Amino acid sequence: MVPVSVVFTRESVPLDDQEKLPFTVVHEREIPLKYKMKIKCRFQKAYRRALDYEEEALSLGSMQEAETMLAEPQEQAEGSLTVYVISEHSSLLPQDMMSYIGPKRTAVVRGIMHREAFNIIGRRIIQVAQAMSLTEDVLAAALADHLPEDKWSSDKRRPLKSSLGYEITFSLLNPDPKSHDVHWDIKGAVRRYVQPFLNALSVAGNFSVDSQILYYAVLGVNPRFNPASSSYYLAAHSLPHVINPVESRLGSSAASLYPVLNFLLYVPELAHSPLYIQDKDGAPVATNAFHSPRWGGIMVYNVDPKAYNASELPVRVEVDMVRVMEVFLAQLRLLFGIAQPQVPPKCLFSRPKSEGLMTWELDRLLWARSVENLATATTTLTSLAQLLGKISNIVIKDDVASEVYRAVAAVQKAAEELASGHLASAFVASQEAVTSSERAFFDPSLLHLLYFPDDQKFAIYIPLFLPMAVPILLSLVKIFLESRKSWKKPEKTD
Amino acid sequence: MAATSYCSRAVAPLAGLLLLSFGSLATSQIEEQAEQFFRSGHTNNWAVLVCTSRFWFNYRHVANTLSVYRSVKRLGIPDSHIVLMLADDMACNPRNPKPATVFSHKNMELNVYGDDVEVDYRSYEVTVENFLRVLTGRIPPSTPRSKRLLSDDRSNILIYMTGHGGNGFLKFQDSEEITNIELADAFEQMWQKRRYNELLFIIDTCQGASMYERFYSPNIMALASSQVGEDSLSHQPDPAIGVHLMDRYTFYVLEFLEEINPASQTNMNDLFQVCPKSLCVSTPGHRTDLFQRDPKNVLITDFFGSVRKVEITTETISLQTDLGILESRDKEDWMDEELIEPLKYAEQLPVAQIIHQVCFQFILFKETSFLISEK
Repeated sequence: MVPVSVVFTRESVPLDDQEKLPFTVVHEREIPLKYKMKIKCRFQKAYRRALDYEEEALSLGSMQEAETMLAEPQEQAEGSLTVYVISEHSSLLPQDMMSYIGPKRTAVVRGIMHREAFNIIGRRIIQVAQAMSLTEDVLAAALADHLPEDKWSSDKRRPLKSSLGYEITFSLLNPDPKSHDVHWDIKGAVRRYVQPFLNALSVAGNFSVDSQILYYAVLGVNPRFNPASSSYYLAAHSLPHVINPVESRLGSSAASLYPVLNFLLYVPELAHSPLYIQDKDGAPVATNAFHSPRWGGIMVYNVDPKAYNASELPVRVEVDMVRVMEVFLAQLRLLFGIAQPQVPPKCLFSRPKSEGLMTWELDRLLWARSVENLATATTTLTSLAQLLGKISNIVIKDDVASEVYRAVAAVQKAAEELASGHLASAFVASQEAVTSSERAFFDPSLLHLLYFPDDQKFAIYIPLFLPMAVPILLSLVKIFLESRKSWKKPEKTD
Repeated sequence: MAATSYCSRAVAPLAGLLLLSFGSLATSQIEEQAEQFFRSGHTNNWAVLVCTSRFWFNYRHVANTLSVYRSVKRLGIPDSHIVLMLADDMACNPRNPKPATVFSHKNMELNVYGDDVEVDYRSYEVTVENFLRVLTGRIPPSTPRSKRLLSDDRSNILIYMTGHGGNGFLKFQDSEEITNIELADAFEQMWQKRRYNELLFIIDTCQGASMYERFYSPNIMALASSQVGEDSLSHQPDPAIGVHLMDRYTFYVLEFLEEINPASQTNMNDLFQVCPKSLCVSTPGHRTDLFQRDPKNVLITDFFGSVRKVEITTETISLQTDLGILESRDKEDWMDEELIEPLKYAEQLPVAQIIHQVCFQFILFKETSFLISEK
C-alpha cells in the first residue's frame, strides 16, 4: 500500500468540495500476473487542506523556492508521497504543464474548478503516484524469474538481482603506456560523485568500491579506419566481442561472494586514436560508451589531440573525471534497474539531485526489491518443503529448522509491513527472509546421498540376508512341525 | 515490335518492384537475425567439466575434458566461470613420456594442457558428493570462490562429463557411481532455485544416452556419444605415449569446435550431426524435448562461448563540478606529498671491509694459535 497525502490549497477546487475535506479515499488495483496470481496495489489518499506555511510556499514564484520552504518541517516516511494541488491558474508551473514531480517524494498537480473536481484530480493524482512508486511493469520485472515470459525484454533482464551487497570495480585500461602516461584521480572522483550516490542507495545493500589500472590490456576487436572523419571506429555488432579478452585479466575478486559490477575506462592506443563507437545506424555515439546487462560498462576516452603537439612521448594524460563519472553513474543507474518511469502526459520532471538519485526513485527500487525478495523467499521455502516431501530420509538439523521458522516469520512480517505501507521495515524484513531461507535451503547437510532405488536395495540386501535367512527359516519350519507332532502325541496315548 | 517493347517496358518496373521488395525483405531479415541474437535470454555463461576416471590408461578421458576446456576458454568463458574437475593427473604422471603435456592428436600435434590450465577439483576431490555439491550449491562456507558454481537465473551452463559408464550410471574414481536419477534430481533442485537459464549436458561414456533419460526439469538439452547397449570407442593410440589419446565422439566435437569463433552463427543442429555412425561406430544421441527453443535457433556460442549482450549507453546524468572541494583536494594532495620523505637505499653492507676484517682476524687467530702451539 502506498500512502499518499493530498494537500489542497485555497483556490484549487470549488468551495463546496473544499467543505468536504479532510477525508480518505482508497484506490485499489489488482494487477494480474501469470498462473492466476494477483497483486493488490492500494493507494491510500488522505485528503486535507493546506496549512498556512504550505499556502505561503505554494504561492511563491518558482518551484525551487517552494520546495525549499516545503522541505523544512518533516522528513517523510519512506514509501509515502505528498501531492500538492494548486489552483488552475497558478504560475508555479509553466502554463502547459499539468503536473510536476519533485526530487523528494513531493509532486504538484493542477487543480480544476469543476463539479467533478475530486474525480478528475483523483485520476491525475493516481497517475502521478504510479509514476513515482509502483506500476505493473515494475512488479513484473521484479517477479520476472518466477514467471515464464513470452518475450525477452531487455529492460527486465538488465538489472541485477537483489543481493545483500555489491562490489563495484573501476578499471583503467592503458594498452599503450609508451605513448600515454595516464593519470586518473579515481579516489577523489569516487569520493565526490560515486560515494554520495552509493550512500543514497545504502539501504539497498552494502557496497564496496575498488579500482585498478591495467597496462597492455587490449580490446579483443581491431577497430576499423573511417577515412571520412579520419578516426577509428568500433561497429555495434563487434561490441559483444570486446569484453571477453579483457575479462580474464580483470581479476574478479576472490574474497567476496557478492555480484561484481565492472566499469572500464579504455584509453585507445596512439595508432588507433581517436576511437569512436558506432551504433547500429553508423552514427558515432555521443557518450562513447556501452554497457552489458548484469556485468558493467565500458567507456572509451579519447586523448585530446592537442596534447600531442608539444612534447615527446609518453604524453601525460589527465583524465577528466567529471565526464567519465557522468557516464558511469548513468550506467550504474541502468544496471540497478532505476529505469525511467511511465510519465503521465504533460508532466514536468525536476532536475535530479546532486547525488544523481531522486528519493522516490529509491522508493521505487525498494518496492520492487521487497516484492522480489518475498517471491524468492516463498519459492525457496516451497521447494524445500517439496524436496522433503519427496525424499523422506533426509535429516533436518535443529539450526536448519530454526532458520526455516525465522524465514517464515520474516515473510509474514514483510507482507504485513508492505500492506500497511511501511517501506523501510518491509524491505529489511524481506531481506532477512531471503537470507534465512537461502541459508536453510543451501545448508550443506541437506545433500542426500541416501537415494536407494529399489533394485539397488535388492541387489545389496538380498545377497547379504538370503544365505543367513535360509537355515533360519528351515529350522523354524522344523520347530513348528515338531511342536505340532508333540501336540498330536498326547492325544494318542491317553 | 511495339508489343515486345511495351512488354519489356512493363517488365522493367515490375522487376524494379520485385528487387525493392527483396531488398526490404533482406533488411528485415537482418533485423530479425539481430533480434534473434537477443532471444537467448542469458547474460553469462558457466561450464562444469568433469573427468571421472583415474589411472594412466584412462589418459583419454583427461584429454577429452581438457580439449573441451580449451575450446570453451578460447571462445571466451573466463576461468572464474569454469569449474574443471580432473580425477587424475596425466601431465605430471610418472608414466608420461612427455611430461607437462596432454596431447589430443597423435604425433603430438595439439597439446591441450597449455600454460593456463586451472584445475578446480583435482584427484581425490572429484567425488559424487563434491560434484552434487557444486551443482546444487550446498557447499560448506569455507570453499573458495573458484570452486563454486555461482550461477544465477540468467546463466547458461554447459556440463560435460566423461569416463566409464553403464546403463544408468557413471563411475567415479573406480569406487563409486552416480545414477541418472540422482543427476536428474540435482538438475531439478537447480531449477527450483533458478540456478540456470538453460543447460547443455554432454556425456561421452559407454551407454551415455541412459544418463539423460530421466531428466524432467525444463530447459535442458542433452547430447550423448552412444545409445543404451552400445559402447563408445576411443580414437587412436599414439605409439610414443602408449595409450589412446581421445575418444571418438569428443575428438570430432573438438574438430567441429576448432572452426567456431566467437562471432559464428552455427547452431545446435550442426552439433547434432557431428560424428555420424560411420566415423564414430556408436550412434550419438540427443534429447531436446525439455528445451523450449528450437535447436536451430540456438547458437553454439550460447553455451560454449561467452558472447555478452551489450547496449549502447545513450544517456548521461549531469554532475556539477564542485570547485571548492577541488581546491581543498589539491591542498591535501600537496600536503601529502610534502609529508612523504624521499626514500633512498640503505647503506650497502661494506663487503670488502668485512672480508678484509675477517681475513685479518683469521690470520691473527692463526698466528696466535701458531704462537700458542709453538709455546
